[in-house]
Amino acid sequence: MSVLVDKFDVFAGGFWLTFQICVLAAIGALILGAVVAVLRISPVPPLRAVGTAYVTIFRNMPLTVVMFFSAFALPALGSNADFLRIPVLDVVFTRLSTDLPYFRFALIALTLYTAAFVCEALRSGINAVPPGQAEAARSLGLTFGQNLRYVVLPQSWKASIVPLGSVIIAMIKNSALIGFFGVVGDLSASADQLTGAEGYAFIPVAIGISIGYLIMTVPLGALLDRIERRQAVAAR
Amino acid sequence: MTSVLYDVPGPRQRRLTLILSIVATFVVVAGAYYLIYLPLDEKGQFSMELWGPLVDPSNENFVLVWERIWVGIENTLIAAVLAIVASLIIGTLLSLLRLQLKSIAGNRYAGLSTPVAYLLRGLGSGLAVLTRVCVEVFRGLPVVITIFFVARGFPEFGVTLETLWYLVIGLTIYNGVVIAEILRSGMEGLPFGQREAAVAIGLSPFQTTTLILLPQSFRIMLPALISQLVVVLKDTSLGFIISYEETLNIGKQIIGVLSNPIQVYFVIAVLFILVNYSLSKLAQYVQKRLARGRKTANLPVPHNAVQTADLVDVDD
Repeated sequence: MSVLVDKFDVFAGGFWLTFQICVLAAIGALILGAVVAVLRISPVPPLRAVGTAYVTIFRNMPLTVVMFFSAFALPALGSNADFLRIPVLDVVFTRLSTDLPYFRFALIALTLYTAAFVCEALRSGINAVPPGQAEAARSLGLTFGQNLRYVVLPQSWKASIVPLGSVIIAMIKNSALIGFFGVVGDLSASADQLTGAEGYAFIPVAIGISIGYLIMTVPLGALLDRIERRQAVAAR
Repeated sequence: MTSVLYDVPGPRQRRLTLILSIVATFVVVAGAYYLIYLPLDEKGQFSMELWGPLVDPSNENFVLVWERIWVGIENTLIAAVLAIVASLIIGTLLSLLRLQLKSIAGNRYAGLSTPVAYLLRGLGSGLAVLTRVCVEVFRGLPVVITIFFVARGFPEFGVTLETLWYLVIGLTIYNGVVIAEILRSGMEGLPFGQREAAVAIGLSPFQTTTLILLPQSFRIMLPALISQLVVVLKDTSLGFIISYEETLNIGKQIIGVLSNPIQVYFVIAVLFILVNYSLSKLAQYVQKRLARGRKTANLPVPHNAVQTADLVDVDD
């Protein structure tokens, strides 16, 4: 058990890095997902096709493949993802501006992949708004944009929150993949490092790593359950 | 729903939509051309040297490459099928166990002597807590980590298996728990009258669950279960972290020899998308069939069944 104390900084550092990529990817995926969702419901057919294609592709592809793609295709496109070296943000999220680009590649892959699921969560929220609402808005003469902004989105938000939460939890869990993909020092990479190269006993390391993930996923899951139950009561 | 958001377009709106469509198509195509095609072409990524082994049957490596990819697909499918069957069995058993434990939670064992009754009650609630903790832990852990723990942990305790079994066990632990939760929420979402009626005609709690609740839960949750199968299939690609020879790992081997990563990953991505897309279409079809069946048979619709089915296919 001494490894938990001796190597506490490794566990804490791993947790911090996993937390960082989760926060960044969540922000990115929420923004991108919202854009894709608007594309998917827009009145212009080609845009709708683009949105649908995006969701179909990324939802049916394993995240592993997306990650390898971003690692090999981005350099081939002549980009080291340097646009992610955002001046103020990289003071907090120091990995954004390191010379090894794997953190940025992993971040891009995680964002692209999660955005497809975010889009679907938002859309399921929009579908939950009774059609009469949108019809009433239309009969008042509201345009597509006004309809979304003033009538549909404010209501769909409530129905989207639980699906969005499950997407974010899934994303936190998916982020464990980055450790096996070249990002040094996140929770999963630390697990590999400590039990493999440094030869620590397996059980304590497994407990430490598990706690690191469970701290993030279990409370979020419990919160979502609560919200879901309250909404179910309110809907009755 | 989508069509409800805007009016059926009139002549002016139709013209506007047409213009916008053309502009949008142009922007998308131009963007793809300048940002993706040109840089890739410049690096020679479209040369036959790189694509040949994958698409040109006359290439010397074509047969060899596809033989290897086929091996990978076979291994992926073997792992996926084993994991799916195992997690369905484990999931069903676990959901039954949890429901049973819940139904005996209030039991006071009045006919037995006091210490035995207390022992039984303690055992019951202890098991209930244990299963609950197991579910929360394994649902909250990333499946990669579970697979990794299985592959690293089992040899530590003197259990060495083929990598296939590590992958299958890891996937089964995670997906079994998820499926158990799907089934349980299906059973708890059923109208309470179902259970009451079963008890009224004299079925035991176990009979009630297996004969009345479980079959209905399977039916209602079928779309969610199929989406979970897509997840399992996608997650077999995690086998690469424990060097199981599934499609992605074979792809890496091919890349090691031919050094054409973009092309190989492209082909693998297309394969995955094709299979998973047809599976999700199947889930949609089943969902539609069920909805229709429910309408004609006038079965009760539990209030959270539809909602959960919506949720589950985003839960990865």
